[in-house]
Amino acid sequence: MLKISTAPHCYAPADTRQIMRDVIIALVPAGIAAVILFGLAALITMATAVAGCVFFEYACSRWWLKTAPSTGDLSAVVTGLLLAYNLPCNMPVWMTLTGCFAAVVVAKMAFGGIGKNLFNPALVGRVFLFISFPVQMTSWVRPHLFDFMNVDATTAATTLGILKHADAATSATRLTADLSELPNYWEMFLGYTGGSMGEVSALALLIGFGWLLWRRVVSWHIPVFYLGSFLVLTGITWLYTGSPAAEPLTQLLSGGLLLGALFMATDYTTSPMSRKGKIIFAVGCGVLTFVIRRYSSYPEGVSFAILIMNAFVPLIDRYARPRIFGTGRK
Amino acid sequence: MSKLKTFSVGGIHPDKHKITSACPIEDAGIPETVFVPVKQHIGAPAKILVQKGDRVKTGTLIADADGIVSADVHSPVSGEVIKIEEQTGETGYLETMITIKTEGDEWEESIDRTPDLVSDISASPEEIVNIIRSAGIVGMGGAGYPTPVKISVPAGKKIDCIILNGIECEPWLTADDRLMQEKGEQIIIGAKILNKALGIQKAVIAIDENKPQAIETLHQLTRRYVGVNIAVCRTKYPQGAERQLIAAVTGREVPPGCLPVDVGCLVQNVGTVHAIYEAVQKHKPLFERIVTVSGDDLENPGNFRVRIGTPASYLIDKAKPLGTPGKIIFGGPMMGVAATNLAAPVTKTTSGILLLKEDSVNIFEPTACIRCGRCAESCPQGLEPFAIAGFVRRGEYQSAKKIHVLDCMECGCCSYICPAKIPLTDYCKLAKYEIRKKK
Repeated sequence: MLKISTAPHCYAPADTRQIMRDVIIALVPAGIAAVILFGLAALITMATAVAGCVFFEYACSRWWLKTAPSTGDLSAVVTGLLLAYNLPCNMPVWMTLTGCFAAVVVAKMAFGGIGKNLFNPALVGRVFLFISFPVQMTSWVRPHLFDFMNVDATTAATTLGILKHADAATSATRLTADLSELPNYWEMFLGYTGGSMGEVSALALLIGFGWLLWRRVVSWHIPVFYLGSFLVLTGITWLYTGSPAAEPLTQLLSGGLLLGALFMATDYTTSPMSRKGKIIFAVGCGVLTFVIRRYSSYPEGVSFAILIMNAFVPLIDRYARPRIFGTGRK
Repeated sequence: MSKLKTFSVGGIHPDKHKITSACPIEDAGIPETVFVPVKQHIGAPAKILVQKGDRVKTGTLIADADGIVSADVHSPVSGEVIKIEEQTGETGYLETMITIKTEGDEWEESIDRTPDLVSDISASPEEIVNIIRSAGIVGMGGAGYPTPVKISVPAGKKIDCIILNGIECEPWLTADDRLMQEKGEQIIIGAKILNKALGIQKAVIAIDENKPQAIETLHQLTRRYVGVNIAVCRTKYPQGAERQLIAAVTGREVPPGCLPVDVGCLVQNVGTVHAIYEAVQKHKPLFERIVTVSGDDLENPGNFRVRIGTPASYLIDKAKPLGTPGKIIFGGPMMGVAATNLAAPVTKTTSGILLLKEDSVNIFEPTACIRCGRCAESCPQGLEPFAIAGFVRRGEYQSAKKIHVLDCMECGCCSYICPAKIPLTDYCKLAKYEIRKKK
């Protein structure tokens, strides 16, 4: 029996599942870095977050939306991993699961599931936890290389926390004391510093992002324009005020900026479609991140910046359309 | 070699499968019965000149162009007209066909059957256009637009660039590739004929870089023919589309709603140009063409010289399939038509017949759009298929029109690339159909 269908009769190999698999592979280096730095606790949090997100996705599609379970496309695994990377490694299991609920049920399935959500699910989960459990969300375990049973809860300050503090310091001695706590560039680049478990190692994140670029899953536009606009504003402030808190390289390597710019802002569903739109979106993220880090009482602004820009995506899509062939060029 | 040319917006890179590019053109022979549709072109169907029982020779005019945008049809065989009625064509629709039972192969005396190359062009520009019209030549790349209409330049417009389309960007197909390798000189003389008809000096043959043999052959030949040049293009689909090819070769973009002549260009498929050579220099009307018969699991895939009207089943037997094909396609896999009826005949625009295996032609269940933007990125016309699909689902065809769905050329890039396997091209086709119906 011959099959009949409309053209085209051949298809690109990539499907949603394969794209999600590539994102998971890209997130592996940061996961390994987290386990090396923070030990077994990191692994437990990751496993909890992934299991929680997959469970909620399955349950919602099966019993609530009454569709075929969409867990096969692996997008819930990506959400789970990203959520875990945004948490301190010693997050209590039940809190992590609460975050999964906010991410998957509230931010994703309530909008209709994959592709229909307005806000990045992992970031909604993170912000939900941040507001609900501020103490747990801001006590960072000091990294111990290859100490897998790292239960020593000596808390460390994050780089951004130190900077925020230093910026407010009133005396010179106080300032020097604060700055002496700062990790050096290499420590920040490799991840030997306090922070959310997936955001600390710039190296691991860059390796993973390299994979995404090579596989052509994402383009370079969003990260470059996000980081670029942020660095320009920070650089101007640094030159103008001389404040060590605005030192661009430290700002770049600290906090969730790289994780956000490389993996959260580039999320397909919650970023604009056209190249022009992506650039507008990315610059908006960069400016907002700068403004929140510099002028708000929070040390970190990446999550809020991306979520705010998520809300503008439909508007950006409406106005930043691609150029129709044969028009708009002399 | 200079920098490879290509168009700048969109495009995809499907697997090439050009397995028959080294298979010399083989004569397919003459089937017992041929089915000749009276409409193998864009425009009005030709008026039938024969009746049941009439005897015809190979090359006899059997249907006459009805109006300017139409084309003559000639008998591809000699024999007896046994039936004139509607039959199922390649698209599955009923088409009026003239059925001829073959007896021998007696050609019209006027046709020069010698293999000699005729390089002196004696016909005047007006004569050239008339010969092309009376030879029933239409665009053989796929669209089937009557060639005489294309080369009659409207008053006030001027063509300064003739592009011969040797891109053949559809996977599998190699008919044009082989023609360029074997009949390069005839194609170049055909280009010279077009030059003379339009009163200009130059022509460019555009070839994809994945046809090194054809490039080499034509490169050698162009040394002897001043004014004919080669433009090697970077392989990308749909580079063979008229607008994209003009952009690749000249950098000019044809605005929406305009024609190539509006930017001073004329594009002709190399197969068409070869037919022009045969018509003008050898007095041979268009009644045969090169067809690639290819696909998975064939014992004898190849490029065949086929009489128009030959049923697909006749060619499929020639190619000897080893298994049962899952899908049979007239044309290429990106824009071709899945055949419903294997008795459907080869027409002037059939560049290939593909037999694809059962497992390589899965029909996918679409999943949710993940807003990856690949459809828009791959669209060579700069459209947003995801947005068009959204409007079409809600029946908002006028909104789809506002975002330029009428500029869609149905190349299939968006459906090909979509990770959710959403039939985006179908949504665009539906929108175009509904908008045109309302007019």
